[in-house]
Amino acid sequence: MIQCKDIVKIYKTGEIETTILKSVSFQVKEGEFVAIIGPSGSGKSTLMNILGTLDVPTSGDYFLDGKNVAKYSDDELADIRKNKIGFVFQSFNLLPRATALRNVCLPLVYAGLDRNEREERGKEALSRAGLGAEHYHHYTNQLSGGQMQRVAIARALVNRPSIILADEPTGNLDTKTGEIVMETFQELNFQQGHTIVLITHERDIAEYADRIITVRDGSIVEDRKNTRKKIGIAGVDDRQKI
Amino acid sequence: MKIIDLLEQTFLSLLSNKARSGLTILGIVIGIGSVITMVSIGQGASGTITSSIESLGSNLLMVSPGMARGVGQQVSAGRGGAQTLTLADANAIADQIYGVQAVAPQYSTRAQVTAKGANTNTSIYGVTEPYAAVRNVEIQSGSFITQAHNGSKAKVAVLGPAVVEDLFGEDADPIGQTIRFNNMDFRIVGVTVSKGGSGMNNVDDVIYIPLATAQQYISGDDKVGMINVQGESQKLLDQMEIDITALLLERHKIADETLADFQIMNQADIAASASSIAGTLTILLASIAGISLLVGGIGIMNMMLTTVTERTREIGLRKAVGAKKGDITIQFLAEAVTLTFLGGIAGVALGWIASLLVRHFGNTATQISPVSVLLAFGVSAAIGIIFGYYPAWRAAKLNPINALRYE
Repeated sequence: MIQCKDIVKIYKTGEIETTILKSVSFQVKEGEFVAIIGPSGSGKSTLMNILGTLDVPTSGDYFLDGKNVAKYSDDELADIRKNKIGFVFQSFNLLPRATALRNVCLPLVYAGLDRNEREERGKEALSRAGLGAEHYHHYTNQLSGGQMQRVAIARALVNRPSIILADEPTGNLDTKTGEIVMETFQELNFQQGHTIVLITHERDIAEYADRIITVRDGSIVEDRKNTRKKIGIAGVDDRQKI
Repeated sequence: MKIIDLLEQTFLSLLSNKARSGLTILGIVIGIGSVITMVSIGQGASGTITSSIESLGSNLLMVSPGMARGVGQQVSAGRGGAQTLTLADANAIADQIYGVQAVAPQYSTRAQVTAKGANTNTSIYGVTEPYAAVRNVEIQSGSFITQAHNGSKAKVAVLGPAVVEDLFGEDADPIGQTIRFNNMDFRIVGVTVSKGGSGMNNVDDVIYIPLATAQQYISGDDKVGMINVQGESQKLLDQMEIDITALLLERHKIADETLADFQIMNQADIAASASSIAGTLTILLASIAGISLLVGGIGIMNMMLTTVTERTREIGLRKAVGAKKGDITIQFLAEAVTLTFLGGIAGVALGWIASLLVRHFGNTATQISPVSVLLAFGVSAAIGIIFGYYPAWRAAKLNPINALRYE
């Protein structure tokens, strides 16, 4: 599914070269829920950008569904993002002055789907992300933080991606709402089988995943299985993985 | 991305900033509107000039008296001030110059004319029969001055429609009535068709009488004011001009051409210089208006740059969910072109109305050509593309990582 081999990322600012990632290698299998954790400046955001094909590594290979996308052009990467990756951002990044449904359907516009098909799939994604149907036609600035993040999650789901990348998805939410959002991710993983890579600097949040990769100073220092944090909804962690 | 989605997005984002979009469009409206108005004024003027020159007649050479210079004197009385041309000169041209279709000498003066208590001051032209053909004078009712009128030195007159209106009122039929000037009664035998025109050189404000009558009873000599020569074709005019010059120099016994006591105007030259003046006028007006269009275009660019900055995060997001550079470029270009296109439509309407108002209240001929309307549309779309391209390009090249984190 995801295979990173000796990924190196060096930023050049004038004469000064800064090595952000020093030979990072790991794999994520289909259906995994992986948290990448590390302090700020560890290189986890850069790693997330490379995994999301928003950026390309300086050297090394990145296989996504068997294809090495490390050397793809901008437009080819855009196609990869369109078809294989769903993003959830810390600050939601929803379009203001647009309804929840319209926001969710945005990726499908670039996929060239008809309006009817878009709305059908948008509604399906919103219900999977757990947003009440009464909010579908609300403008996003009328929604609460938790609801906005559900819309963002639905947007990440709508193109049926191979992998969902969540960058500090609880960073702008209070603890209670953050827990609900993390439970949503667990449901998406356990019940619906989505592959999720979560980037965070909070150990509490990383505990929701079933594997935790710790990054420090551009290298992976720990990669361990995690007994996932018991989630609030009774019985959910007992459900079979799909 | 589908066209319908592109259009929807474009209108939604323009509508989300109505005031700004409206003001930006206004810049284009004023630009396009003033181009249309100015060009219509320029073309109207050019049309007026062209038609008034054409109404003079075709393939025409006009021989008029030159400067009067006494023997041994250096004082010039100015062009046309002399009475150097005679009827004999006109006959010599008719007889000796190759390519002459017709020769129409004319004598001009002004007189106070009265008829049944009404009076006016107008031009009196003494003419011969060929004058009507040479100078494109058409008869509305009655007949023009004939050979017989000239032969008998008849006191008959043909009136221009403006004179008829001044003396007899509009739509009156004055044929058979008499007018009086220079203490003589003239019987009206015809009325000419209106050629249009206004002011000092109104070709409708004229009374034609037989040349022989004018020479006999008004001037008392055989001088003529001007000799109109019509050539058989346009191509012959230049050679005819040279031949007539040589002939008249010989007849007037003048050795040095620079001292000639007459001058010849070629109608084609007049038309060419007049249309070049009109063309320059149109270009001048259009370029003044073009500046406002340029300013409007810069307004579009300014707004689009602001929009791109404001929507940096949105652009980042769109790229993250799979928009290609081309998708972003086309989105912002579409917004710019839509603004200019809407501005173009409103501008054409405004220009149209403005030029109608100018025609109505300004008493100036205006002429809206479909070409200038199409051109205005083309220019406004082009402005959208040119001034929208840079902001769109800036948007498309934004790095999605930075754009997503832009505050």
